Amino acid sequence: MLKIRKRDEPWKWGALVVFLGALLFSLLVSSLLLAWQGKDALFGLNVLWQGSFGNLWALEGVLLKSIPLFLCSLGVAVAFRMQIWNIGAEGQFALGAIGATWMALQFPDLPGFILLPIMFTMAFLLGGAWAFIPAFLKLKLRVNEIISTLMLNYVAILLLDYLVFGIWKDPASHGFPMTPEFTSGAVIPFIGSSRVHWGLLFCLVVGVGLWGFMRFTRLGFELQASGEGARVARYAKIRYGRLVILVMCMSGGFAGWAGCVETSAILNRLQPSLMVGYGYTAIVVAWLARLEPLNIAFAAFLLAALRVGVENMQLELQIPAAFGVIMEGMILLTVLAGQFFLTYKLERKTRQD
Amino acid sequence: MWEFLIPLFAATVQSGTPILYATLGEMMTEKGGVLNLGVEGIMSVAALAAFWVSYTTGSPWLGFLAGGTAGMVFASLHGFVCITCLGNQVVSGLALTILGGGLTHYLGVSYVGLSAPGFNPFIFPLLSQIPVLGEVFFKHDMLVYISFVIPFLFWFFFKRTSLGLHVAATGEMPAAAAAAGLKPLLLRYFAVLSGGFLMGLGGAYLSLAYTHLWTSGLSGGRGWIAVALVIFAFWRPGRAVVGAYLFGGVMAFQLRLQAIGTNLPSSLLLMLPYLLTILVLILSAWRGRRIDAPAALGTNIEPEG
Repeated sequence: MLKIRKRDEPWKWGALVVFLGALLFSLLVSSLLLAWQGKDALFGLNVLWQGSFGNLWALEGVLLKSIPLFLCSLGVAVAFRMQIWNIGAEGQFALGAIGATWMALQFPDLPGFILLPIMFTMAFLLGGAWAFIPAFLKLKLRVNEIISTLMLNYVAILLLDYLVFGIWKDPASHGFPMTPEFTSGAVIPFIGSSRVHWGLLFCLVVGVGLWGFMRFTRLGFELQASGEGARVARYAKIRYGRLVILVMCMSGGFAGWAGCVETSAILNRLQPSLMVGYGYTAIVVAWLARLEPLNIAFAAFLLAALRVGVENMQLELQIPAAFGVIMEGMILLTVLAGQFFLTYKLERKTRQD
Repeated sequence: MWEFLIPLFAATVQSGTPILYATLGEMMTEKGGVLNLGVEGIMSVAALAAFWVSYTTGSPWLGFLAGGTAGMVFASLHGFVCITCLGNQVVSGLALTILGGGLTHYLGVSYVGLSAPGFNPFIFPLLSQIPVLGEVFFKHDMLVYISFVIPFLFWFFFKRTSLGLHVAATGEMPAAAAAAGLKPLLLRYFAVLSGGFLMGLGGAYLSLAYTHLWTSGLSGGRGWIAVALVIFAFWRPGRAVVGAYLFGGVMAFQLRLQAIGTNLPSSLLLMLPYLLTILVLILSAWRGRRIDAPAALGTNIEPEG
């Protein structure tokens, strides 16, 4: 018989082992899924690998996709750290895109070095404002933020639809729901001759900035201390409410930035195809990274690779894109189950017991 | 006026039914102390399973049962992660929703546009003769009539049976329940599985009665509405009925407005149920009855030693 025992000391490489184990397990189950559908599973895994890491073109694609994931996930993690469950990155991302588009349409003649900062500011403000609603409702009325942030995702996507089907629709788009293409000042340029744009550097700045903020400012310290929850914060005489508002607005602002980057650099206009679920994948990324900024960069890269790899599989094996979503869900679920072994271990029951 | 209202109320009951099943499922789970945010994923998977079984066997009843079973099997993953492995209940539920959405899109893609035998209206003898009420409540499919009975069973289960009392005890104080010689882990599994079964029935309703053909994204946020409604209902089945029909009403109203043609853009109308969910949460918070929540909701039972 096996017996559960609490670990006396933490398992040093445990988190990594659990993470890799979850990854392997999910790969195994998804190849079984492929085999069940009559596809060549080994070939599928190879296509997945080649698609994400096989060549420079693929790697550039992965970097491109990790940018929005990183930003959204950073926001999610900041909130999760304070045990505020912001599930609304998807909606905040949409609002950021709307804010950026609004400015791009408003001032088409401005040069990039003025227009882009304006777009980023508006994206942050609208994304933050969208997250402010649930934060306010949570504080004042104790409305559960999980559900309110989630509902606001649906509302935000419908708002985006309303705009691109209505007042922002390009008259020259032959009825397609999209805004006119951005002027060159509203587009984030590429780095050198690569396919990757300067949003990558922006991620670096935001990441380092957040790290510095958490590490060296009083507010950042309070934020870390409140990670244990509202009661601990109150004992430490921290104004919890103010922090909740701050954290949520920051969280929404980061997701808003991601929306701005994607609209400006990738699509060059606002259209419904912008919404591909980065906000939800960000939750997976944040949790896999155990809410640590550096790990988030790594996990964002990995899940971006998964998305790009699955796109390759879509072409080569004719499978739906949802295959990637299945893997994301499975990885998250197995990591959750595996984390059991970080605090407990199984021991063989001895005679004395 | 009545020509508009009576069909509207009838449609309210119909679109409230899947929400009612799901809300009771979530309530069941939460009564046992486990928060399951995977309702949306469970409903989608169940809707597909129900459709697939009805499509291949030709029996909507088998499909209905398959939906419930699929819901239960899928919920067991949540049970395993949270009850056995002590995983975070919030994140596990989200993972379930992500996984369920993915599976449904992936496996359902070849059925899109196909139709399966579903449930057709069954005019209830005698009761359907009652003016107005008969029209609104008794000209539906059998699954609607079943949903009338379940809240009573639910109430009876928790008020009058010892198993129900034991389940509620693990939702309130698992340690005390264990001390009293109960098996809290098993009871929680029971709550999660039976709750998942009910959620699955809600999902099955979507593909077998609400529509008879398969489209992706059938659940459309109903699972999340169900989670909100449990709070609104203060964990009481009677109020769950009120809440489910309230949402059914808004969904039906919004569809009807679109059908008769208004100047309002459809995307704004489609926002209504989601905005209403937030409003409903604000209203229930206002009444401040948080005391009714199971005390141990969302916390895992740590093993000793």
